[in-house]
Amino acid sequence: MPRGLKARESRLAFWMLLPTFSIVIAIVILPVVANFWIAFKPIQLGDLRPPKPAVRESVRAQPKAAGEVLEVRYRVQNRTDNPITWVRIEDALAPGLTPAELPEVCRVQNARIFCELPEGLEPKQTVNLTLRFTAGPAYFEAGAPYPRDTRPVVESKAPNPILARPFTLDNFRAVLTDPDFWPMLKVTLAYTIFGTLLSILLGLIAAQLLSPPFAGRQVLRGLFLFPYVAPVIAVAFTWVFLLDPFAGTINALLLKYGFVHDPIPFLSQRYWPVHFFGMTIQVPLALTMVILFEGWRYFPFAFLFILARLQAIPSEIYEAARVDGAGIWATFRYVTLPQVVGILATLFLLRFIWTFNKFDDIFLLTGGAAGTETITIKVYDYAFARANLGQGAAQAVILFAILALFLVVYFRYAPKGEV
Amino acid sequence: MGAAVALVVGVASALASLGSTSLLIVLWGGVKTAFPLDAALVLGLALGALAWLLARRGQLGPLPMTLAGAGLTLAWTLAAGGDPYQLGLGALWSLLAPLAAGGLAGLATAYGLREVRLDHPDGEVWELVGLHLLRGAAFLVFVFMVVFPFWAMIAASLKPRAGFLADPANLGLPLHVFSEGFWPGLQKMFVGYREVLVTFHFLRYIGNTAFVATSTTVITLALAVLGAYAVARLEFRGRAVMERAILLTYMFPAIVLAIPLYTVFTQLGLRDNLFGLIVVYLAQTLPVALYMLRSYFETIPASLEEAGLIDGCSRFEVIWRITLPLALPALASVGLYVFMIAWNEFLFAFMFLDTPELFTLSRGMVGLNSQEVPRQFLMAGAVIVTVPIMVLFFWFEKYLVGGLTAGGVKG
Repeated sequence: MPRGLKARESRLAFWMLLPTFSIVIAIVILPVVANFWIAFKPIQLGDLRPPKPAVRESVRAQPKAAGEVLEVRYRVQNRTDNPITWVRIEDALAPGLTPAELPEVCRVQNARIFCELPEGLEPKQTVNLTLRFTAGPAYFEAGAPYPRDTRPVVESKAPNPILARPFTLDNFRAVLTDPDFWPMLKVTLAYTIFGTLLSILLGLIAAQLLSPPFAGRQVLRGLFLFPYVAPVIAVAFTWVFLLDPFAGTINALLLKYGFVHDPIPFLSQRYWPVHFFGMTIQVPLALTMVILFEGWRYFPFAFLFILARLQAIPSEIYEAARVDGAGIWATFRYVTLPQVVGILATLFLLRFIWTFNKFDDIFLLTGGAAGTETITIKVYDYAFARANLGQGAAQAVILFAILALFLVVYFRYAPKGEV
Repeated sequence: MGAAVALVVGVASALASLGSTSLLIVLWGGVKTAFPLDAALVLGLALGALAWLLARRGQLGPLPMTLAGAGLTLAWTLAAGGDPYQLGLGALWSLLAPLAAGGLAGLATAYGLREVRLDHPDGEVWELVGLHLLRGAAFLVFVFMVVFPFWAMIAASLKPRAGFLADPANLGLPLHVFSEGFWPGLQKMFVGYREVLVTFHFLRYIGNTAFVATSTTVITLALAVLGAYAVARLEFRGRAVMERAILLTYMFPAIVLAIPLYTVFTQLGLRDNLFGLIVVYLAQTLPVALYMLRSYFETIPASLEEAGLIDGCSRFEVIWRITLPLALPALASVGLYVFMIAWNEFLFAFMFLDTPELFTLSRGMVGLNSQEVPRQFLMAGAVIVTVPIMVLFFWFEKYLVGGLTAGGVKG
């Protein structure tokens, strides 16, 4: 290709990719950087609103006749925990009022009052500005306007806490020394591993079922995709409702058929004792339920890929196996499985990462209660339930570090060209 | 083929059919009697014997077996006084339910013995039959597992609280409301939907969600077509790196983006705003859309476009006149997939939207999930959120399946 044409193609490609790149950089890359930044700063949810002073105007003395005094007080308060560096208050001054006693920071100009606090306000600091005016006849001719009828205009400057606060490792210290930290990691791993395996196993079985052609296969394939396509909020709430210990259908059925004597609080109890050969095993109940939900909701994903792979296997291989006298199990073990093992590995890596990242499902089912708190729920819990953005971001950084490890494994071992 | 095989298959199919039918009856109108084990046994033995006889004459097929099963249960139902399940739903339903169960049992028996030939060695026959039975059972389990929650969602959305507290195991439709006449009955049945749509403003939320999902789809498609074309057709440095980067972004956890986006969008005033939401959805869908479209563009022969270029078309004319018409199926797949993501999205809608006028359906659903709102309304809301995406999905299933598999789509 001639050189000039190549340069032109390059330039064209740049412009065509620019919008996508800008959006991804603005909404994905920069936020990740910002997350690292926030993780090293002691920032609360409340710090997001820029600190503003509260100004209250009160009339301490109202003149009845000319020559009397009008006294106005502005109470300027910084109610936040952040410093305000500069405040200016501007208010209208009624005609016929001459300044009698003004604070140093206030002046009157063109029938307007200006007060300026060049030092600003410390956190929780209050400043009272008392202004005294002598009322002349013009004031009463104008109908003795009440000073509070005109509202003061307040302007202020304050450093953004996100930029101004010092860097610190406190957030990481708090997150790593949290007594729930290691149990939370264990729950996350259990949820990720078993949820992934279950969804792939169910997907494999479903794909096996629908792989030979028969009437109604298209309809069933559509049906099997339902759990995956339906909005998570609708299916999660439906399962919560079905599993409810008091009004839920599943418990009612179990009770009716006599399988249990008391309703099982599926999503709100940490452990359920199972008696087995005289031993009592404490099964993590709520965690098992969210893993089952994971398997139920995401098996269609594995199903689709495995089915596509199965249908691509040439039928001659099966013929050959039959001629060689291979039984059903042998056919599956030595013909089918080697053909799908690549896609199974890819699916495992992919689903493993996505399950690890999953937030909505557990959040809607249990809210992270009863031993189902995974690392994503913990991020939300710190940042929004406890309103500590810094600690939430620190937890997110830890999540990100673990994820990076998985991604290295993914790009190292994922078979090329499978997905 | 041994008679024993036929009898075992017959009994197993009859047990499965009657079992699953009574489970469906539980959901339909509530259980009144225990599972009819004796009836299943007799029916199964009879079907097995019949199957063996038919097989010997080479006439074993689904139709005669289905008819035989239905006929046998019809006889039993009439002998048992017309309502063996004690459904109390009237003569029609009381007859239809066991009839369907019997027909199913006959069909299942025929299916279980399919491909089994009389001259097979015994071991192979058992293996084949065992596999058929396992497959049949797995089918029942899967279909039930997938349909049950959605059926429950619909049934619960039609039933008032009092009905549930009285009999929570009953997921039947409250057909008794029609005793007051068709029109008032219908109104009573769908009261939850009216409340949710009007009183809880779901009509507005449908509009908001449709706006957000449609805008996301249109913008994503437009930008992804440009990007995908550049990656597929044009030469430039860093192309390989870029492909990696695209793959990487759809492995990013939403929750890691949530804190910084919340922080920055709050400070910029973009947070409680549908456009802010659309931008976030764009970032979530663009990389995948670009990846999927690129794969498709690469399957279109470049020679077609080169002909256009030689004829004096500009690049954009080539894309518009040649590439896009050829890529229509891929555009449909990607568009549907993007629409689905945007319609279903929960986390960012939940965190970003505070003003009720701006709520999307996912965000609005959270408001229904409270002690003061009856479950019936919550489930009506769930149906309203689900139905549009399901209708769309069934309409374009072929494309959606293509979309879901094409890029290894996130979920």
